[in-house]
Amino acid sequence: MFRNQYDSDVTVWSPQGRLHQVEYAMEAVKLGTATVGLKNRDFAVLVALSKPSSELSASQRKIIPIDDHLGISIAGITADARVISRYLRSECLSYKHSYGSTYPVSRLITNLGNKMQTTTQRYDRRPYGVGLLVGGYDEKGPHIYQVTPSATFYNCKANSIGSRSQSARTYLERNLDTFLNCSNDEIICHGISAIHGSLPTDEMQSRNESASQLNITIAIVGKNQPFKILSEKETQIYLTMASEKGAPPANQPYDDDESTSQAGPSTSGPRDPIVAVATEE
Amino acid sequence: MLNNYNSMAQPLWQNGPTPGAFYNFTGGQQQTQKLPKELTAAGPFGTKRSTSSITTGSSVLGIRYDGGVMIAADTLVSYGSLARYQNILRVFPINNNIILGGGGDFADIQSIKRTIDQKMIEDQCYADGITMKPKALSSWLTRVLYNRRSRMNPLYIDVVVGGIEQDGTPYLANVDLRGRAYEDYVVATGFARHLALPLVRERKPKDREFTAEEASELIRKCMEVLYYRDTRNMAQYTVGVCNASGTTIDGPCKVSENWTFAATIKGY
Repeated sequence: MFRNQYDSDVTVWSPQGRLHQVEYAMEAVKLGTATVGLKNRDFAVLVALSKPSSELSASQRKIIPIDDHLGISIAGITADARVISRYLRSECLSYKHSYGSTYPVSRLITNLGNKMQTTTQRYDRRPYGVGLLVGGYDEKGPHIYQVTPSATFYNCKANSIGSRSQSARTYLERNLDTFLNCSNDEIICHGISAIHGSLPTDEMQSRNESASQLNITIAIVGKNQPFKILSEKETQIYLTMASEKGAPPANQPYDDDESTSQAGPSTSGPRDPIVAVATEE
Repeated sequence: MLNNYNSMAQPLWQNGPTPGAFYNFTGGQQQTQKLPKELTAAGPFGTKRSTSSITTGSSVLGIRYDGGVMIAADTLVSYGSLARYQNILRVFPINNNIILGGGGDFADIQSIKRTIDQKMIEDQCYADGITMKPKALSSWLTRVLYNRRSRMNPLYIDVVVGGIEQDGTPYLANVDLRGRAYEDYVVATGFARHLALPLVRERKPKDREFTAEEASELIRKCMEVLYYRDTRNMAQYTVGVCNASGTTIDGPCKVSENWTFAATIKGY
C-alpha cells in the first residue's frame, strides 16, 4: 500500500526532504481530464475536456463560475473542487459586499494559497486533491493562475493540467508568442487545438472522422465580458472553426506525465494502485 | 488593527455562514458568538456607549472638478462651544488616489482613520500594485458605519471621501454616521451643508464640470463665508487636493478677515 515508510502522514518528512503525501495529492490532478487556460491581451479563456465517466452518465462539470470576473477549471477530485469553489465564491461575495467591486484575482489566489497550505502542514488534514486553472479579469488585465494541491500557485501566460496535459503544454509553449495579440476567436481555437493533444488515443483516431465531436467546455472572461461558459451551440461553432484552421498538434507519441515527474529513489518502488473512485473528471 | 477598540471584530452577518469559512471538523463547533463588548461590559463610569459627540470638528466641504477633487476643512476641534484645539488637520491623504475629510466627533475620526491607515498598509504588503479606490473606501465606510449604528453604538462622524478612480474619473462622496451615502459634484457636512452647498450649486455650469481654478476659488470663498457665519469655525483651514498626479494637503491657509463692517452693525 505505501510506497515507503515516510508517507504515513502528511506531516512526515522523508530523509530526502520530501512530503510524500503532498506529492501523492499532486498525482490526483493527473487523474482528472485535461483542461487548458490561456489569455490574450484582454481576455482569459478556459477550455476543459469533459468526458463522461461512463456511457450512462453525463459528464461532470469541469468549469465552475465563481464571480462575474472569475471562474475556475478543475482537474482532480471534483468534491474537493466544490469546497474550494464555495470558499472562493463567498470570498468574492463578501468582498463585493464590503467594497462594491470585484476581488483582485492575485489577492484571491494568494489567500486561497494560504488556506490550502494549512492542509499540508497538519496531521488532521489532507491536501486538496484537485488542481485549478483560474481564469479571471481585473484592473490589472486578464489572468491565468494554476493552483496545485501543494498550495503552490503560478501566474501563467498559458497552462494545462490534467491527464495527458503534457502535449497540450507542448502546444502552448510552441505558440506562446502569438497568444498576446490573438483575437478572441483565435485564442479559443488555440485552446481547442491544445486540448486535442490530450485526448485518449482511441478518441484521437475517431476524431479524424468526426472532427467536431469533442466533448469540451469553453469559458471566457475579459474586458466588458463577464465570466461566461459558452453554450453548446457556440462551442460547436468554435470546434468547427478550430478544425478548419487545422494545425492540430503534430501526432507524436505523448510524453506521459509520469516521465516528467522527477525520478527519485521513491519512484522506483512499487506503484500505487490506481484509484478509480471520484477522481475522474 | 492598530486601534485598541476593534470596531471591525464583530461579523457583519449573523446566523449565516461566515464569509469564506470552511467546516472545521477538528475544531468542533464554531466559537460561540459573543455579544459586542459595549452591550455587555460597563466602562469604569458605567457608560456603555457614546451617546453624543464630545470633541467635534465642524464643516467639511468637498468639490469635484474636471481633473480631480478638493476637500477643505478648518483646523479647529471644539470642546462644546470652546475652541479647544486650534491647529488640528481634518483633511487626510489616504493613499495616492484618495483624500478624506472628517467632521463630527474627532476621536471617532481618529479611530476610523487609524483603521483605514492599517488597511492601506495591508494593501502595500500585498505589493501587487493594487490600491484602494475612493469608491471602494466609501462603500466600506458605509458598511462599517451602518454596522455600528445597528449595534446602537454609532461612530459620530460625517466624512467626505474623494479621489481618482482607476479609469481616471474623479469621485466625491459623503458618508454619515448612519452609513448613509451619496455622491455629487459638491458635498458638505455640518454647517457647510446649509451655507456652502447653495453657494457652490448656483455657480455650477450646466454643461460642464468645474475647472480646478473655479473649484479652488469656490473653496476659498466658502471657507470665508463659513468663518463669518458659523460660530464653530475659525480663520485657518487646509485643502486636500487629489488629481492625476497624486494627493496633497495645501495650507494651512488663512481666511482674509475684514471686520471694518463690524462697527456698522447695531442691535446686538
